[in-house]
Amino acid sequence: MSGQVLTARAAGQVACTRCGAVWAPRLTSCPRCHARLASRPVHGLGPVWAWWVAGLLLYIPANIWPMLVTRTLGREEASTILGGVVELANHGSWGIAAIVFIASIAIPVSKFAAIGLLALAVRHRVPIRGHGLMVLYEVVEFIGRWSMIDIFVVAILSALVQLGFLASLAPGPAAACFALSVAFTMLAARAFDPRLIWDRIGEDA
Amino acid sequence: MPPKAEPPAMAQSDTHPTQGLTACHICDALCHDRQPGPGERIRCPRCNTVLRTGRHAAIDRLLALALAVPPLMAIGLAASFLSLSGGGAMNEASVLDAASAVATADTWPLAFAVGALIIALPALRAVALTYVLLPLRLGHAPARHARMAFRMAVDLRPWSMAEIFVIGVAVALVKVTGMASVTLGPAFWSFVLLAMVALMEDAVLCQRSIWDLLR
Repeated sequence: MSGQVLTARAAGQVACTRCGAVWAPRLTSCPRCHARLASRPVHGLGPVWAWWVAGLLLYIPANIWPMLVTRTLGREEASTILGGVVELANHGSWGIAAIVFIASIAIPVSKFAAIGLLALAVRHRVPIRGHGLMVLYEVVEFIGRWSMIDIFVVAILSALVQLGFLASLAPGPAAACFALSVAFTMLAARAFDPRLIWDRIGEDA
Repeated sequence: MPPKAEPPAMAQSDTHPTQGLTACHICDALCHDRQPGPGERIRCPRCNTVLRTGRHAAIDRLLALALAVPPLMAIGLAASFLSLSGGGAMNEASVLDAASAVATADTWPLAFAVGALIIALPALRAVALTYVLLPLRLGHAPARHARMAFRMAVDLRPWSMAEIFVIGVAVALVKVTGMASVTLGPAFWSFVLLAMVALMEDAVLCQRSIWDLLR
C-alpha cells in the first residue's frame, strides 16, 4: 500500500490525468474530456524509450555538423554548437557563452541522463530515493523547452542576413537536427507517467 | 496488490464520475474535490501538486489574458522589431519582413518552425481559449467542440515558446555586436509582454474548474 494515502488504483478506480475525474475501471476513455483512460500507461515505458533514442540519435549530428556557417572575404567558417560557445567566450561574452552552453549542451545532455534514469528507476532498483526522482521529473518537465534558444538565435541571425543587416551567415545542417532532437526529448518527457514514480515511492514507504 | 481498500463509490455510472472525489494527475492520490476559498489553492495532500485555483480566477483572468494576445501579437508582427543604425541611415524590420525574407531562401524550414513556435501556436491557443471561455463567462452553454478546443489549448502549451524566443533574441544581439549595431523596437517589447502573458496563464489556469463547466 502507498503509505497513508489511498490512490485511485488501490481503490479499484481509474483516474483521468487530464480532468481529474474518477471512473470505474472498465472505461477506456474519459466520458467527460475524452482523454484516454489507463490506470498506468498501456505500453509501459516503450514510447518514452522510443522518443529518447530518436532524440539521442539526432543529438549526435547536431553536435558534429556546423550550426552556423559564416563567410567573410571568401573564407568560409563553420562553427558547431560547442565552437560557437568557445567563440563567444573568446570575445569575452562570458554570460552569453554560459547561456548558450547551458541551453544547448548542459540541458540536453543532462536531460537524456535524467529521462533515462527515471525510466530505469521505476522498473529496476536504482539507489535513489523516490522523492529525488520526483524532483528530477519536475526539473526535466520544466527545463526541456529552453534548449530551443539556440534555434531562435540561428533563425534571428539568418533573418538579419536576409534583411541585409549582416554580411554573410547561414544556418548549418545541425540546426534542423538540434530542433528535432529537442522536440523528441520533450515528447519523451511527456510520454513518461509520473504516477510510476509515486508507485515506487509508495513501495518504498 | 492486496485489495484492502474499499472502492469509495458503490454504484458507478459510465457517464458521471465519482462525486466529490478527484485524483491527482501526478501521483494518483484520491483527494476530496472541493472549491477553494478566495486566494486559496487546493493542493494534493500527497505530492503537493496544485489541483484547483478556483473558478473565478480560472475563467475571468484566463479570458482576460487570452484576449490580450491578439493585439500584442499584431504589434509584435507588424511593428518594428529591429532597427539598424549606422552612418546616419536607419533601417527597420518587422517580424513579418524577417519571416518573408527567411522563408524565401533555402532556410524556409527554419522560418516555418520558428513561425509555428512563436506565432501560429500561441495565436491558435489564444483563439481556442477565447472560444471556450467566452460562452462560459457570459453564462451560456459551452460552445460546440469546446472540449476539443480546450484540450488543444492545453496540449499546445509546451510548444508555444514566446518566452524562449525573447531570450534567444538577446543572445543573438550579443553575437552580432561588432558586426552590426542593432537596436530593439516596440515589437520586441510586445513579445516580452506575450511571454509574460503566457507565464501568467500558467499560474491561473485551473483545468479542473473548466472541465467542471464543460461537461
